[in-house]
Amino acid sequence: MNIIDRRLNPKGKSLANRQRFLRRAREQIRKAVREASSGRSITDIDGGEGISIPMDGLHEPSFRRAAHGGVRDYVVPGNKEFVPGDTIAKPPQQAGAGGGSDGSPDGGGDDSFHFVLSRDEFLDLFLEDLELPDMEKTNLTRTETVSYSRAGLSVTGSPSNLNLVRTMRNSLSRRIALRRPKPAEMAELQAAIAELEEKGDNPELLSELRLQYQDLLTKSRRVPYIDPVDVRYNRFQPVPKPISQAVMFCLMDVSGSMTEHMKDLAKRFYMLLYLFLTRRYRHVDIVFIRHTHTAKEVDEETFFYSTETGGTVVSTALTEMTRIVKARYSPADWNIYAAQASDGDNTSSDNPATLDLLHYSILPVCQYFAYIEVGAEYKDWLGRESDLWRAYKSVVAPNMAMRKVRSRAQIFPVFRDLFSREGRHVEA
Amino acid sequence: MSKRSADKLLFTGADWTFDKVGRVHDAIAAIAQDELGLSTYPNQIEVITAEQMLDAYSSIGMPLMYKHWSFGKHFAADEALYRRGQRGLAYEIVINSSPCISYIMEENSMAMQTLVIAHAAFGHNHFFKNNALFRQWTDAKGILDYLEFAKTYILHAEERHGARAVERVLDAAHALMGHGVHKYPRKRPFDLAEDKRRQQERADWFQQNYNDLWRTVPRPENSFPEDEEQAERKRALGLPEENILYFLEKSAPLLAPWQREILRIVRNIAQYFYPQKQTKVMNEGCATMVHYTVANRLHDKGLIDDGTLMEILHSHTNVVFQPGFDDPRFSGINPYALGFAMMQDIKRICEVPTDEDRAWFPDFAGNDDPWGTLRHAWADYRDESFILQFLSPAVMRKLRLFHLHDQAEAEDMVVKAIHDERGYREVRKTLAKSYDIGALEPDIQVMDVDLTGDRRLILHHRVADGIMLDSLEALRTLRHLANLWGYPVRLVEVDAKYDQVLKVHDDVEPD
Repeated sequence: MNIIDRRLNPKGKSLANRQRFLRRAREQIRKAVREASSGRSITDIDGGEGISIPMDGLHEPSFRRAAHGGVRDYVVPGNKEFVPGDTIAKPPQQAGAGGGSDGSPDGGGDDSFHFVLSRDEFLDLFLEDLELPDMEKTNLTRTETVSYSRAGLSVTGSPSNLNLVRTMRNSLSRRIALRRPKPAEMAELQAAIAELEEKGDNPELLSELRLQYQDLLTKSRRVPYIDPVDVRYNRFQPVPKPISQAVMFCLMDVSGSMTEHMKDLAKRFYMLLYLFLTRRYRHVDIVFIRHTHTAKEVDEETFFYSTETGGTVVSTALTEMTRIVKARYSPADWNIYAAQASDGDNTSSDNPATLDLLHYSILPVCQYFAYIEVGAEYKDWLGRESDLWRAYKSVVAPNMAMRKVRSRAQIFPVFRDLFSREGRHVEA
Repeated sequence: MSKRSADKLLFTGADWTFDKVGRVHDAIAAIAQDELGLSTYPNQIEVITAEQMLDAYSSIGMPLMYKHWSFGKHFAADEALYRRGQRGLAYEIVINSSPCISYIMEENSMAMQTLVIAHAAFGHNHFFKNNALFRQWTDAKGILDYLEFAKTYILHAEERHGARAVERVLDAAHALMGHGVHKYPRKRPFDLAEDKRRQQERADWFQQNYNDLWRTVPRPENSFPEDEEQAERKRALGLPEENILYFLEKSAPLLAPWQREILRIVRNIAQYFYPQKQTKVMNEGCATMVHYTVANRLHDKGLIDDGTLMEILHSHTNVVFQPGFDDPRFSGINPYALGFAMMQDIKRICEVPTDEDRAWFPDFAGNDDPWGTLRHAWADYRDESFILQFLSPAVMRKLRLFHLHDQAEAEDMVVKAIHDERGYREVRKTLAKSYDIGALEPDIQVMDVDLTGDRRLILHHRVADGIMLDSLEALRTLRHLANLWGYPVRLVEVDAKYDQVLKVHDDVEPD
């Protein structure tokens, strides 16, 4: 008897099967992921996700008997009062009465299939075919990690890196070139000598053979089987891995006109953007700037939750951003993204200054500037455009986009719209 | 209980250790071999985690398997159910191989491990090694090597021909897996001596039973003179053939050699599982009978304490629970319950038979060799024949079995027979028939190929009792079949009794 502890065996033996399954069901899963995300808060998206997908394409058919029709005989246990000849009403939907109905183990009869996606699988599908604009500016100067990659062979190295194939090939060619006597050859000669010794009738030949044998022996000693010159090691070369870094500026109007609902919408948008950036860049900084009639850099908690009163002067936030960029995030080293959320209010006298800043200070250093106008759930009763929207509309720049968001369900479509590979710069 | 001294106990406490498992195994082995006369493959017990158990679930219980999306799907489904707490995991999985591998879970208590070892490593193991079906159809020594080969072969095929192409073949092969087994032994190589002996036997029999009267009986004309050409073609292709995968592997015109090999792999695995389908009641009954007896014997010998026995019996009772037909928990007859009840009853009949038992089972009632009788039953029967032979009136009464007759056109189901003097044989016959593999799976055969025309493949479903195929499922399966065959496929449903065509499914073209 043998007891084997298999608990330490590598996990995820069925990973390959799972990947095949996900690939197979890709379309359905992608759709389910989109649907799951629209109604859900962003923080949940970051975790794993239980989803249900329709069974088409995942069904495993086989020849089966129909559930209805024909003559069937069952033997079932638990008779209490029946005697032969009694009748029992058929159950409304077959199945219940007999051992005949054999539900397939995967619940194949159901039209949906429920399972859990891991966080990475979910995000991969969630953010699939989204692209960051202007990736080419990606900074390559700062190196953070070094990885090793195979780079040919070397004559020195640690024994664990010994390249056996190369070493033996070198050894073989050297032995052939230097005519090292083969073991078979020597054995043959030795046998011949032994035979002659036994017979003892040809001493001349014997001594000649012995001499020959001696010769071979010296030669085989001089030409070793494996010589240090044969030995080759796999060489590994350190390759500096460039890392790219990005900073994301979150600008938000926190004046009294911004309701909780609007802030919530803005927060969702920022979260999405942050998730997206962290998957594209190794290192992402976030700077939160909130403004009323003055602007201030704050931490996340304050940014989203503390209230502030005051007027609305957008240019103050842009000025603050410019200041921080100058102080800490040199555009040469950082990819700069900015997302501004506002209900569209601005002191009208401030609009020209805002536009000026945007044009000359912000847009030139930004990879991308997104303006999200968050509105109340109901439509603006006049349906007119806000001050800021009208002002921003006049800006024509390839790296600027603006969208309106009214409800949670719109966040993700708008986000996708902004970052999907095609269809960017449509409404810039 | 006072004579039970603590030092004789194999273990105390709930936690298990390798040491305890080893001791328990040896103690069970002694009982199994000396008292029950079991003969088993050498045991290999492997401890695994819950996740590994799920893994094993998804790859149909085998320790290694080729890669396919459907296993990933089953894993995802099982995992979701397990995580939501809707499904517990099996305590063990046992593999018909030599050495016989039993997986036990790390979270089981020591009492559970004892139960599992007795159940799987001795009960199932004995059954695998001795049952005629397993001996005939499976190769316990070779299966793991074969699976290793299959896994590597399919991996290489994926590398060479692309994962998509391999997946298509596997999908199709899986759809036909149920119809990829040989149900009868293949033709043996020709043996002259054997043949002569048989020929002689026939001649002798003829001589002894010669009766001139037969000569005067008029012979019927052959009502269906078969077309010579058609007969020749069918002979050349080995038709009719019920092993569809085998037929495709040998005769499908468009398959590449690697595709044929994949069909062969799936077919071989299906064949390996074929005996298991036919012996669910017996296999589980045997294992349950063994663990129940072993646990009680261990307790009698003072090797386990009362608490351990109670824990084992608690699980045992859950396993053999049989809800009645009108219970919401009812989902068919529990093979554990039926098998265990029958085997316990066989033991009783051997030891303390009643007059009824003597009348029903004259050849072993009162022979006082219960384990010899059971070993014989385990070796030479399958579910259908076992029930037909051994189901006693006592068990029918105990389970209160009755026979329901359900005719599609009739408004109600009729109780045809119950557990009484008039009904025993009827109930027993019907129950046995429901375990016949022929009654469980539709009988579908490759009948003909239109070789001169468009190479259409013609399949017949021999409809028994008017139960047709599920037409949507059939259509989907036929599509897979057509893809393998490469030309159109037609399925005809023919009544088995009257040779009457009931339905012709639309031809399915390969896509």
